[in-house]
Order: sequence, then C-alpha cells, then structure tokens
Amino acid sequence: MTVFSLIIINKAGGLIYQREFQPGLRKLSTNDYLVLAGTFHGVHAITRTITPKLPLLTPTATASTPTSASSNLASPSGTSTPIPPTTTTTTTTTTTTTTTTTSVAATTYTYPIPGVPATGLESLETDKFRLTCFQTLTGTKFLLFTDPHMANIEVVMKKIYEFYADFVMKNPFYQLEMPVRCEAFDRNLNGWLRGRT
Amino acid sequence: MSSTTKASRIGEELWKTRVDKVNAELVTLTYGTIVAQLCQDYDGNYQEVNKQLEKMGYNIGMRLIEDFLAKSNIGRCANFRETADMISKVGFRIFLNIAPTVTNWTSDNNQFSLVFDENPLADFVELPDDGRAQDELWFSNILCGVLRGALEMVQMQIEAHFVSDVLRGDDATEMRVSLVRYIEDEMPPEEE
Repeated sequence: MTVFSLIIINKAGGLIYQREFQPGLRKLSTNDYLVLAGTFHGVHAITRTITPKLPLLTPTATASTPTSASSNLASPSGTSTPIPPTTTTTTTTTTTTTTTTTSVAATTYTYPIPGVPATGLESLETDKFRLTCFQTLTGTKFLLFTDPHMANIEVVMKKIYEFYADFVMKNPFYQLEMPVRCEAFDRNLNGWLRGRT
Repeated sequence: MSSTTKASRIGEELWKTRVDKVNAELVTLTYGTIVAQLCQDYDGNYQEVNKQLEKMGYNIGMRLIEDFLAKSNIGRCANFRETADMISKVGFRIFLNIAPTVTNWTSDNNQFSLVFDENPLADFVELPDDGRAQDELWFSNILCGVLRGALEMVQMQIEAHFVSDVLRGDDATEMRVSLVRYIEDEMPPEEE
C-alpha cells in the first residue's frame, strides 16, 4: 500500500501540484516535473486521439469489438522516468467496462464502447512503480505514483479528488488553474494517506 | 422517464448521505444581504446588479462543479436532456434541496426551462417598491451564473436567464437555459 507521490496537471497541461508522500522514487528537479507534466499532457491527448472511431452502420455491429485500443508507445523515456531504467512497459486502456449497445443518433461513428467517450492513457507501469492517471470531466489530471501491486487505486483517487474539491476549489483565495498552495489540502491528504498505511 | 428517475435517486441519495447541512436562514439572509448591498452600491441600477450577481454565480459555478463531480461520481451526460435532469435532480438537490421542474423543451432539444416551485434564496423577500425593481431586478440571478460557470467547466457553453419570478408578481419562477455549443476538446487557449 505505498503511495509515492501525486502530481496534478491543470487543463492546459501545466503542473500545479507535486508532493511526495513516501520515499521510493528518485526526486526530479522542479524543471523536470514541469516537463513531465507537459509531456504527459501531450501523450495523453494523443492516445485519446488515436482511439479508433467505428463507423455506425447498424447498432448491432458495434456490440463486440476489441475494446482496449492499446498503443504501445515505443518507450516512455520522453516522460523522464524517475527510476533507473529497468524494463518498462506502457499500457493504454480506453476504459474496459462492459456496456451494452446504446444507439447514438445523429453521429456517424461510435467509440469502441458506445456512449463512453474516448479517454487517454490511464496507466503506465514499470517494475518499480505504477503511474495512474485520472482525468476529471473538467480536464484536470491527477497522476498518482504507487507501488505496482497496490490495489484499490480508484478509492485513493476518488478521495484525493474530494480533498481537491473541498480544500482547493472551495478556498475562495485559490485562483483557478494556478499552482496549488493550500496548506489544508496538504494536511488532510497527508493525514488520510498516513491513516491508510 | 428512466434517466429522470435515475437522476432523482442519485440526488436523494447524495443529499441524505454526503451533504453537510447548514441553517437555511443563514443562506437566505446572507444572500439577501448581498443583493441588498449591491443594489445600494450600484445606486439602484438593477441591470448592473443582475450582471454582478451573474458574475458572482459564474465564479461559484466554476468551483462548485468539482464538488458536484467528486461527490456524485457521475460520468458525462449523453445528451442535453440528461444534462437538464442532472442539473435539476442532482445539482439543485444537493446544493439547495430543491428540484426545479424541467419543462418547455424546444424541438431541437437545445433549450429548456427550469420552473422553481420553491426558492430558498427568495424566502422572506419583497422587492423594493421604487417602481423599477419589480421590472428590472432578477433577485436570484446568481443561479444563472452558477449554471453557466459549472457547465462551461464540463465543455458546454450555455446561456441562462430568468423569464419570470414570483417576487415580481408572476405566476411562477422560471429560468430559461439554452445550449450555445459544446466546446470541443480543442487545446484550451494558453492560460499561463
């Protein structure tokens, strides 16, 4: 149950928050974190773009199509992996929930899972860590670096989002899209994560 | 309609389990004071007061949407009709414990009305009888801004305005909401 660190990227691709919770990953320079955030933002957008759009012929034709439009990016070296290079594997998944066909009128194509819009890169894994990305509907991205074997990352992610909504967004002096400097956010996040381990 | 009942259920559930309650008088009096103060500051220029209330709401909406999403955990709406249900049955429920009626759809499904049977913001309120407030002031105009701000954050540009208000002596309080466009996932304009 190790959560190494958290990065928050605003909808324009700017780094607005970076904290380490438990040691285990090598630290990067501030500049490298900015590059990591920007690069991930770009890669995320591209992976979303390459999700295939299936032409809508008959509603039944889309029922059983391969879902995970996986794109094995050659190497994540561009994202400045904060760990000495071991074997790295990248996986892209475009939501693998199972849904039945819902007919979408007035569009000429559908995504592999009808009704679920294309998402981008969701997780990236190495021997030493896993990076999980959660993008909110508003476009903010939360990147969580955890132990690769950690379970229930969604629960942690959801809680982080709630803390963010409470202590960042509801702080009237926080300026939207700007770096997060909210002491209460840090405190609550730290306290909650410590309570889990 | 199933999406409506689904939305109602989500709204009720969240209201019961996830929402911190606060004294209604506090909300009503605070809001009333703000509006009255604005009327004073702008020297009875009610158009300007409406505009300021809308702007305040807009800023609230942009922040509130994150709370709404974090609490409700709901995904993207498939169409604008579903959005309307979510606004009424989930959004208004969890923040004001009301669920205005969604009605008067245009045939292209891009415009609807929210009819408020009750409005906690306007309890105890009587508009000033200076002969103009009754015709010019939209007392609850902050709500229009909240919707605009919140929906803009989830890629919908909308326009909202009140068309009638019981405070003005109308039969009902009605807000008209129009979808202008869906904001495509273009790269957002450089913000910093």
